[in-house]
Amino acid sequence: MRIAVASGKGGTGKTTVAVALTLASQEPAVYADCDVEEPNGSIFLRPEVDRVEKVLVEVPEIDESKCNACGDCARFCQFNALVSFNTPPLVFSDLCHSCGGCELVCPTGAISWKKVPVGEISFGTSNGGRISVIQGKLDVGGSLAPPVIRQVKAQLTDDVFTVVDSPPGTSCPVIESLGEADYVLLVTEATPFGLHDLKLAVETVRELGTPFSVVINRFDEGDSGVEDYCASEKIHIMVRIPHRREMAEAYSRGGNLFDAIPEMLDVFRNIPVTIEKGVEV
Amino acid sequence: MKIAVPSPGRTLESSIDGRFGRAAGFIVYNTEDGSFTLADNGQNMNAGQGAGVQAAQNIAATGADVVIAPSFGPKAFQVLKAAGVKMVFSIVGTVKENIESFIAGKLKETDNANVEGHW
Amino acid sequence: MKEIVIISGKGGTGKTSITGCFAALAENAVLADCDVDAADLHMLLAPQVMETTDFISGHQAVIREDDCTACGICMEKCKFNAINLTEEGKCRVDPYSCEGCMVCVQVCPVNAIDFPDSLCGEWYFSHTRFGPMVHAKLGIGQENSGKLVSTVRREAAAKAKELEKDLVIVDGPPGIGCPVIASITGASLLVVVTEPTISGKHDMKRVLELAKHFSIPALVIVNKWDINPEMTQEIEKDTVAGGAHPVGRIPYDRSFTVAQINGRTLVEEKTGQAVENITTIWEKIWQTIK
Repeated sequence: MRIAVASGKGGTGKTTVAVALTLASQEPAVYADCDVEEPNGSIFLRPEVDRVEKVLVEVPEIDESKCNACGDCARFCQFNALVSFNTPPLVFSDLCHSCGGCELVCPTGAISWKKVPVGEISFGTSNGGRISVIQGKLDVGGSLAPPVIRQVKAQLTDDVFTVVDSPPGTSCPVIESLGEADYVLLVTEATPFGLHDLKLAVETVRELGTPFSVVINRFDEGDSGVEDYCASEKIHIMVRIPHRREMAEAYSRGGNLFDAIPEMLDVFRNIPVTIEKGVEV
Repeated sequence: MKIAVPSPGRTLESSIDGRFGRAAGFIVYNTEDGSFTLADNGQNMNAGQGAGVQAAQNIAATGADVVIAPSFGPKAFQVLKAAGVKMVFSIVGTVKENIESFIAGKLKETDNANVEGHW
Repeated sequence: MKEIVIISGKGGTGKTSITGCFAALAENAVLADCDVDAADLHMLLAPQVMETTDFISGHQAVIREDDCTACGICMEKCKFNAINLTEEGKCRVDPYSCEGCMVCVQVCPVNAIDFPDSLCGEWYFSHTRFGPMVHAKLGIGQENSGKLVSTVRREAAAKAKELEKDLVIVDGPPGIGCPVIASITGASLLVVVTEPTISGKHDMKRVLELAKHFSIPALVIVNKWDINPEMTQEIEKDTVAGGAHPVGRIPYDRSFTVAQINGRTLVEEKTGQAVENITTIWEKIWQTIK
């Protein structure tokens, strides 16, 4: 089973929930960090990393002996990755989406492909090998998260319990990380900001058609807006995590949910069981 | 000679824009007759990424020989260089003051990109 | 005209709540919400929208099913697997996967693919009880490249000039990617709101690197400082080492949430330690840039 953990707003406890869900699993589990701009699941899982792979994307390479400087490739490129002033084109590989269009329109066959790195994926284990941690990380200054997320997803298999930590928000990297998940948990908090951003996240997941439910973090700290919304939209609330100052303190030191609130362990063990049975909506 | 200056305004008294790639537009001044035209940069920038590259192409398309701006990212620098447009660092002030300073030989030409582009 | 941008790196540090307080304390400012992916400032400021403008960026492929012969060439050439066969045996573009590269338009043998401008969101000019505001909404699944952020900033600056305001207060996006860079370049001052946690500390350092890189002076606020006083001290040391200045601490205070529920900023809601600290911090910020 693959569960993606997402949130509309940052700082709601998305990583806390994803880590807790992984730690609660009694079977071997995989934690896939797709929050590639700021992957911080490792702060809490502390994996021993045994392998790092570069994420490579293909970008055009110009054979200047064949190029007739017509500029068709630069006119075609929608991403400003090629520029030509009646010269062989300049190539800006970090703007390239690897669509292949320039090669397609080149009349002289002067374009071939070379691979450049845009990020990396690390593989590690924690908790005595029971948990595999796969972390995607975008290179600093890199702007294309989806290829890194795609490559993290390419490592995943269906036969092991997998938790995907998605980036916050509703933009294209989020959509990429939620794809192919069997189930989505949307983490929010019981505040007006939390509710506002949850609505955007719900809209996103509904577009994708993936079954989902909600985890309310610090459910007892704010107002009933999130509860009321879920009731009226018939959205199941999977877990309510109480507000404890100990949790904020544990988090600040890299501690996990169960360090602060041990009784949540049974609740989290139950989540995959509940999903398996099919949630009453 | 044509001199391009990024600016949010529409006159020579307008201030210079601190951002090159994301400038609203360029004022292109012609030293032959003292006339100027406005080149739009905001509406034409239809690609989300590569603002510096697009802006540099927009400048090249105006036929400018020189561009005066506070900074040039590496991509814009390469494009302007390829297009044969001279790049000059601006001073704080209006478009007009910058053009006058340039003509008086008081502004410094760049030989390197001075900020890293990221977006 | 001066421009202050408030950013945080990590989400959930209280950036927007504190920005709201600054909006209430500032005189004669234009407000701008550049956190376009999950914009929340409007919930504290209750803007009355006066003008709405479409935000267009890039293009999107659309197949005219009546003209499509389902030859499948577009499906084969699309590198993003964005084209699927419908039950009626026609090709259709999945708008969430399409990156707008135009390859399918180019290869279609019967010219059955249109390539219209892509509507990616909208932006607004509004009135609030603290002055004019520019804000925006990015469409779901869109690329947040920084272009909408730049649009919001540009329009806020234009309004400030038009209305003779001497300050723009910008609620910046989280993270350290393109939208953040687009929100800070050329600003007069950065105010970084962080929290004493491992990720808060880590992200703050990366944000200060950006500030240094673009030569923008930066001040750092540690919110919820009393959750971990040792970490707060470390962050303040890192602040100085990173070329910035600590400008104050704000204690953990649940009334931020209460104020949010009431749709108000904390400084309108009540008095107390947090409000005193925020007020002092704002005075220092104002002294720094004025």
